[in-house]
Amino acid sequence: MTRLLTMKNLVIEGFQKETWSQIVSGVDLHVDRGEVMGLIGESGAGKSTIGIASMGFCRPGCRIVNGSIQFGDTEMTMASDAVLRRIRGVRISYVAQSAAASFDPAHRLIRQHAEAPVRHGIMSHTEAELHARELYRRFDLPDPDTIGNRFPHQVSGGQLQRAMVAMAMACKPDLIVFDEPTTALDVTTQIEVLATIKEAIRDLNSAAIYITHDLAVVAQVADRIMVLRHGKVVEEGPSRALLASPKEDYTRALLSVRKGGGTKIPHRHEGEPLLDIEGVTAAYGGGPPVLQDVNLRLTRGKTVALVGESGSGKSSLARVITGLLPPARGSIAFDGAELPAKLGDRQKETLRRIQMIYQMPDVALNPRQKVHEILGRPVEFYFGTRGTEKRRRVAELLEQIELSDHYLTRFPSELSGGEKQRVCIARALATKPDLIICDEVTSALDQLVAKEILKLLQRLQNELGVSYLFITHDLATVKAIADEIVVMLQGKVVEHGTREEVLTPPHHEYTELLLASVPEMDPDWLDNLLKTRVGAKLREGPASERLSRIER
Amino acid sequence: MLSSLLRQIRKAPWSARLGFLIIAINLLAFAFAPQLAPFEETEIIGGVWEPGFWAADCSEEALSLRGPCWSQLNHSRVDGKAWLGTDHLGRDLLSRMLYGARNSISIALIITALSFFIGMTLGFLAATMHGWVDQLVSRTVDVMMAFPTLIFALIVLSVAGTSTPVLIIVIALLDSTRVFRLSRAVALDIEATEYVEVARLRGERLSWLMWREILPNTLPPLIAEFGLRFCFVFLFISALSFLGLGLQPPTADWGSMVKENAGAITFGVYTALVPAFAIAFVTIGVNMVADWFLRKAAGLRDEY
Amino acid sequence: MSKLSAYILKRIAFAFVTLFVISVLISLGVEFLPGDLAKSILGQQATAEALAAFRAELGLDQPLHVRYIEWLGGLMRWDLGRSLANDIPVADLIGARLSNTLFLAVVAAAIAVPLSVLLGLLAALFKETPFDKLVSMTTLTTISFPEFLVAYILIALLAVELPLFPSMANVTPAMDFWDRLHAIALPVSTLVLVVVAHIMRLTRAALINVLGRPYIEMAQLKGMTRAWIILYHALPNSLAPIINVIVINLAYLVVGVVVVEVVFVYPGLGQLLADSVSKRDLPVVQASGLIFAATYVLLNLGADVLSVLANPRLRHPK
Repeated sequence: MTRLLTMKNLVIEGFQKETWSQIVSGVDLHVDRGEVMGLIGESGAGKSTIGIASMGFCRPGCRIVNGSIQFGDTEMTMASDAVLRRIRGVRISYVAQSAAASFDPAHRLIRQHAEAPVRHGIMSHTEAELHARELYRRFDLPDPDTIGNRFPHQVSGGQLQRAMVAMAMACKPDLIVFDEPTTALDVTTQIEVLATIKEAIRDLNSAAIYITHDLAVVAQVADRIMVLRHGKVVEEGPSRALLASPKEDYTRALLSVRKGGGTKIPHRHEGEPLLDIEGVTAAYGGGPPVLQDVNLRLTRGKTVALVGESGSGKSSLARVITGLLPPARGSIAFDGAELPAKLGDRQKETLRRIQMIYQMPDVALNPRQKVHEILGRPVEFYFGTRGTEKRRRVAELLEQIELSDHYLTRFPSELSGGEKQRVCIARALATKPDLIICDEVTSALDQLVAKEILKLLQRLQNELGVSYLFITHDLATVKAIADEIVVMLQGKVVEHGTREEVLTPPHHEYTELLLASVPEMDPDWLDNLLKTRVGAKLREGPASERLSRIER
Repeated sequence: MLSSLLRQIRKAPWSARLGFLIIAINLLAFAFAPQLAPFEETEIIGGVWEPGFWAADCSEEALSLRGPCWSQLNHSRVDGKAWLGTDHLGRDLLSRMLYGARNSISIALIITALSFFIGMTLGFLAATMHGWVDQLVSRTVDVMMAFPTLIFALIVLSVAGTSTPVLIIVIALLDSTRVFRLSRAVALDIEATEYVEVARLRGERLSWLMWREILPNTLPPLIAEFGLRFCFVFLFISALSFLGLGLQPPTADWGSMVKENAGAITFGVYTALVPAFAIAFVTIGVNMVADWFLRKAAGLRDEY
Repeated sequence: MSKLSAYILKRIAFAFVTLFVISVLISLGVEFLPGDLAKSILGQQATAEALAAFRAELGLDQPLHVRYIEWLGGLMRWDLGRSLANDIPVADLIGARLSNTLFLAVVAAAIAVPLSVLLGLLAALFKETPFDKLVSMTTLTTISFPEFLVAYILIALLAVELPLFPSMANVTPAMDFWDRLHAIALPVSTLVLVVVAHIMRLTRAALINVLGRPYIEMAQLKGMTRAWIILYHALPNSLAPIINVIVINLAYLVVGVVVVEVVFVYPGLGQLLADSVSKRDLPVVQASGLIFAATYVLLNLGADVLSVLANPRLRHPK
């Protein structure tokens, strides 16, 4: 095998908070012809920066300060712009995380596909478009002959991502850089794109760098895996060997996150009902209903997981419960009493008892308030506590979320993502609530941090007896924390029951698809899945759309 | 507070520092006009359009090159005291410039402040209350903004007559539409964040949402906008005064001073350019500082 | 009905509502403002008969709706009333001046729009280079200059010190096209300088805003040149804001020329308006104000429709 790309002692700096600091510190990496290299790590690992550095490119605010990047015969760090342009898009191409953002909204897909081959003088316009249609056909895109004439906004997310993979192959490159190409997609859509990527790499026999934070995903495509942390290599090795016997603790920790689950202690007996939603139908403005005849029951001290993909209406249900979206029909009973539909009609005491935690801790904390102000306000607002008593209570809350009191005077911008989410939890606890609605509270966090947060929530429930309505798209989380599961699809509840009932067959068709889509560490998982009946269905495209069509 | 401002200024690029310098000079003139001015605001001290320090050279040679030396022709009490010469009525230009700084800047400041008070209050109300309040104010503003500002002002002034209070109210109202648009847009951005939703769900009152949760996060763009609106108002008032519809004589006001002295330009007497340049300098200074502030604010936002 | 045509119809309806509100405000505005117009114009010593005659002349003695309908009817027949100051029909006074103003605006726009968009593109292309910084500083300075300063500097340089062009832009029907152009050289230059600065700054800002998008990075990673990226990717996506700023400036060229016309004593509508306001010649103010406002509303309507058409999401719905 011949060496295609060699990086030696690569150091890249980024400009942050008025100083240059290292994002990548001394990474060695090589890729051979026809080989797929998986780069894995949490946010801040520098994996994406390394990926595009292989094209001799740095994002604004970054600079390569040391090391060499040898691609073929070219030293990319020394090459002129003209030389780099001849390589980018021709010999190395790039697949970005979000196709919706990375396609120019002003031009048709096929035009953008043909841009690189035509502008680089490799093909004529007709040849390039012919090749494009051929690729669309090979990747099973619907209407391969005409889909290229559409604009990006006229194509679904998964299809767009596949069209971008096709675009990356327009010049038959030697190396493709995949930068988290499935992260922004729903689980069932992820399969269709993963299958396309795998096919693309296999068919063209091109080499690839595959960047992701999900070990199970990278296990499906990579020949070798490199684990990165804080810009340094943790360990590197052939996929199967690394997954079977990781050498480093960090890798083991990453592996255990995926294998994890089942930490939940089953609850002993039926409790009294806390929340009872009956026949709720709701819509935004005069639009189509986002919720249709939804029923849900939550027992005091328990956790109900609300599972669904984007557009399933799970967050809208949270808004109905909090009073932000008054339902058109149906009723909600909270602790035996009817909840007024509108937020403005509810008693202060009711508001106190239902709290909410959000997906993005970054925007859930007022950046101009210090931690003690954020936590102190609800204490003062609901209980009229002031002075020393208030300070004591805030300190107690910090203790509950396992943060020291140094954090009292910090602004949110001085906290890490996990710490911010802890403060959000403390703010919810400050009101001594009966019910906390957790809306995708772990999806924006790194896996190891997310695991800690789940543990914390679990401990708090055991100690305080608070109930959770846990909204998520991630079935691994569901397995870890739920007592009961409600599966939603296009605004309707398709299945509900205890965790055991829902997770053991027979399933509703959609639940089956959802469960089958969760990647496993086994490198053969995807290949095996695609051979099954469920896999064939997933291959066809967005499961949620197709299924809801059947239901109508 | 002041020391941190000074530290910021030291770190700022040269354009912003120049801006601060210009603003500082004008603030001095603004505050100490009576102490600094050698003559009274409306005091006639000599001949018409006498030259200033540049005409001190009245030698034969200079005369043959430049034509008659004015201060020699009119033996007045100027005696080199009128550094910038005299205006069309023989008043000291420097003194009038100093008093003019006071009048022109203060009226623009008052108007901008009033316009921000109206625009921000309505903008924040519309953004936090939504519904019919938002619709009503937004549509009214749409109609008002579909109307050219200068024409609107001219029509109102032709009916109501040109008096300072009318001027202030009319321009502040017209200008507040732009402030409304911006503060509503910025507030809506903030209002959509989860921390405001948290406060709303907590049952906080409207005033808490507006002034405690939203306002602190909208300050940087609004402060920069204050600078830009001030520039606009300042130029607008100058234009009205230039047309003879702004501040009325004998009040010293830069725009009117340009108008009064403009006739001499075609004869090569450039007295009118002095107040005109002064207007430009103030605007440039404020613009540069606002520009710098806006960039700084945009950079800061990435951190959150 | 598609979203696109629905939006455009809504915009047109809004333009008509605005025009209606404006016409009501202009024709009846006298009523809503404090003070007795007749007294303040004729003076405190005016006799009761004189005041009554004055009110009858302006129709101030009739009920509001009658007044508005009569005024509107007159407008339809291009009967705009009589000037109080000159006692000739307003329509006669306005006719030639309107075409003079439009001539000035069209010439200035023909030079300024292509020039400023080109400069904006170049500044974005050479962002952070000395060229860009020079252009940015110059335009920041120019937008800070009051129009009359730009005008007087031009007069001082090109009419007084170096007598190339007339300082008074007097045009008469007898002049041919080139003589006219020579006569308005300085007012046109003033307007061009002011307008170019505005359009250029915002064109550059709009382009640079788009240059931060992921699809621009994608194009860079496809090995495209900066010039291609700006023309093929950034420009089509920043059309809406660019169209908007161009139209706002066109509106300014028609509406905001008042000061420039006064400086150069140009026989246009703007100068007439400024004159009439100081003479409180109400019928003239009303008529020219309405013409200006209508132009402004129509231009804004055009901008809105064009920028909607520039949006592929609306042009090619799902």
